[in-house]
Amino acid sequence: MTIAPERLGGADLDRTAQAAAAETAAERERQRQRRRRGRRSPQRRRAAIAALLFLLPALVTFGYFAWWPILQSTVLAFQQTNLVDPAEWVGLRNFEVLFADPLLPKAALNTLWFTVLSLAIGLPVPLLCAVLLSELRRGGTLARVLAYLPVVIPPVVAVLLWKVFYSPGETGVVNSLLALVGIGPLPWLQSPELAMPSLVIVATWSGAGTAILIYLAALAGVSTELYEAAELDGASVWQRVRYVTLPQLRGVILVLLLLQIIGAIQVFTEPYVMTDGGPANATVTILLMIYRYAFLFGDYGVATALSVLLAVVLIIVSAIYLRLTRSWSSR
Amino acid sequence: MTATASARRTRRRSSPVRERGLLSSFDWRRPRIFVGWRAMHVALFAGLIAFGAIPVVWMIRAAISTTTDLVQRPLSLIPEPARWENIPTAWNLLDIGHYLGNTVVLVGGSWAVQLLVSATAGYALAVIRPWYGRIVYGAILVTLFVPATVTLIALYLTVLDLPLLGIGLTDTPWAVWLPAGANAFTILLVKQFFEEIPRELFEAAQLDGAGWWTIFWRIVLPMSRPILAVVSLLSIMTAWKEFLWPLIVLTDPTTQPLAVALPRLAQATDPAYLIAGMLIASIPPILIFLVFQRSIVRGIGFTGLKG
Repeated sequence: MTIAPERLGGADLDRTAQAAAAETAAERERQRQRRRRGRRSPQRRRAAIAALLFLLPALVTFGYFAWWPILQSTVLAFQQTNLVDPAEWVGLRNFEVLFADPLLPKAALNTLWFTVLSLAIGLPVPLLCAVLLSELRRGGTLARVLAYLPVVIPPVVAVLLWKVFYSPGETGVVNSLLALVGIGPLPWLQSPELAMPSLVIVATWSGAGTAILIYLAALAGVSTELYEAAELDGASVWQRVRYVTLPQLRGVILVLLLLQIIGAIQVFTEPYVMTDGGPANATVTILLMIYRYAFLFGDYGVATALSVLLAVVLIIVSAIYLRLTRSWSSR
Repeated sequence: MTATASARRTRRRSSPVRERGLLSSFDWRRPRIFVGWRAMHVALFAGLIAFGAIPVVWMIRAAISTTTDLVQRPLSLIPEPARWENIPTAWNLLDIGHYLGNTVVLVGGSWAVQLLVSATAGYALAVIRPWYGRIVYGAILVTLFVPATVTLIALYLTVLDLPLLGIGLTDTPWAVWLPAGANAFTILLVKQFFEEIPRELFEAAQLDGAGWWTIFWRIVLPMSRPILAVVSLLSIMTAWKEFLWPLIVLTDPTTQPLAVALPRLAQATDPAYLIAGMLIASIPPILIFLVFQRSIVRGIGFTGLKG
C-alpha cells in the first residue's frame, strides 16, 4: 500500500489497466475451456481448496486493509464519528459542514493551482531531458543515476532540505544563488504568492526522475526505421522530433499526464512539512484539510466526506480525460 | 543474491546497441547539429549535476559544518572547519539509532508481508487457477483504481479497531506491516511472471505426485528470483519513503520511523544536527539505489508502460 502521495505514486493504475485488457481475451478463452471441463471434478475441487489456502494472506490483507475501508468510506461519510460516542447517522450533515467551511474553496483552488503548476513544469522538463538523454553517446548511465537520485531521497528529507534552501534573507541558499545574478532576496515560503510555486519545485524535483526513466524506456522502443525513413524524406531533426518522436510517445505521455494530475491532486507531504498550509492559508490543500478534520478536530465523518468528494473529482477527471484522449486518437 | 542474478540477466538483455536514434551518424558529422547537440548535452549534464548531485553533496557538507559557517557561506561545498563529530553528536542527541532501528523494522516487515502476499496470491491465481480466481483477481485490481489517500480515514479507523477481532494495531509495527500487503500492483507483477512459466513443468510434477505446495516451493519459487528481486526492491524503496501513514498510526514517538521523527525534531534542533539526521536517513536508500541501479533503472522500464 502506498499511502505516500508521491507525484507518480499512482503509476500502478494504468499498467494494470493495460495488462488487464491484454489479459482478459486470452484468459476468457482459457476459462471457458476449463469451465467446460467442469468445476465439480474432485481434482478441481481440491485445486480450489489449495488455491484458497494460498490466497489466504491476500484475502486477509485486502479484506481488512483495502476492501473493507473502501466500503466503510461510503458509510462513514454519512455518519458522525469521534471514536468516543457511538457512530450516528447524520445524513448530509458532514457535507453541509464542509460546504459551510470557507477554507474549502480556498483549498480546492490551491490544489488546482498546484496541479496546474506541476504539470507546467513536470510535463515538458522530463520529456526534454529524456529526449536529450537518449541521444547521449557516452555517460548515459551516469545521467540516469543523477536524474533518479532525487527520487531515492525520502520525501520528508527532500522537503526539509529544500526548506533549508528556501530560508529567507540573504543567507538562504537559493537567495544567495539568485544574488549572484542580482535578484532577491525573496521570501520564498513566507510569501503567499511564492509559497505554492516553491512547493511545486520541490515536488517536481523529487518526481521528475521517474518520468524521465519511463520516457527513456519508451524512447528506446521507437523503431529506428521510422527515423531513417523520415531522414531519407529530408526531415530535419526538429521535424523528426515533431512528427516521429512525439506521436510515437503519445500513449506514454497521455498516461503519465493523467498520473501526474491524479498524484498532484493528492499532494500532502510538501504543504504539511514545509508550510503547514501557510502563509495565510496559501498552501492549504484538500488532503491537508482531510488530515486536519480527522486528526486535529477529530471529526472523522467530515474528513471521510471530503475524501469521498475527492474520489468523485478524481473519477470525473479520469473519465473526462479518457473521453478527450479517445476522441483525439480517433481523429 | 537474487537481486544480483536479476541484475546480470537485465545486463544481458540490454546488450544490443542501438546504432542510431533520433540522430544518425550522418547528422553527427554535420557541424551545426554536432555543436548544437553537444551544447545541449553539456547543458543537460550541468542541470543534472546541479539538481541531482549538488543537493546531496550540499547535505553532506552541511551535516559536518558549524551553524555559523552555514549562515556565512551557504553556497560553499567545502565546510570550514569540517566538524565530523557532528554526526556522532547528532546520532546521540536526536536518538537517531533508535528511530533508524524503527525504520528498518518497519521496512523489513512490510517487505516480508508484501513478498508473502504477492508470491502466494500470484501462485494461486496464475498456476492453480481455481474457478473463482477471476473474481478474486478482479476484486484485487479494483483497489488499484481507488487512491490510498481516499480511503485513508476509513483505513485508520479499521486499524484502530479491527472488525471481528476487536484488536487495535496503532502504535505497533503491525499497523504498517499488514496494510503494506494489500498492494495489488506487486500481485499483478508476480502473477504475470508466473504465467510465463511453462505449464508442462507443473503437469509433469503432478504426474510425479507433487502437491501444490511442493510445486510452489520446489519449482515456482526457485524459478522466480528475478521477479521476487524486483518486488523486493520496489517494496523496500516504497516503504522507506512512507510518511503520511506512519505519521497517522504511530503517534507514540518511541515507535516512529526516522521520516516521521525528523520533522518533529526539526522544530527544536540545531540545523547542522538536523541535516546530519537527514543525511543518515537518506544514506540507506541511496546505497541500495547505487548498488542495484541497473535493476532499478531497467525495472522501471520493465514494469512501466509499453508504448
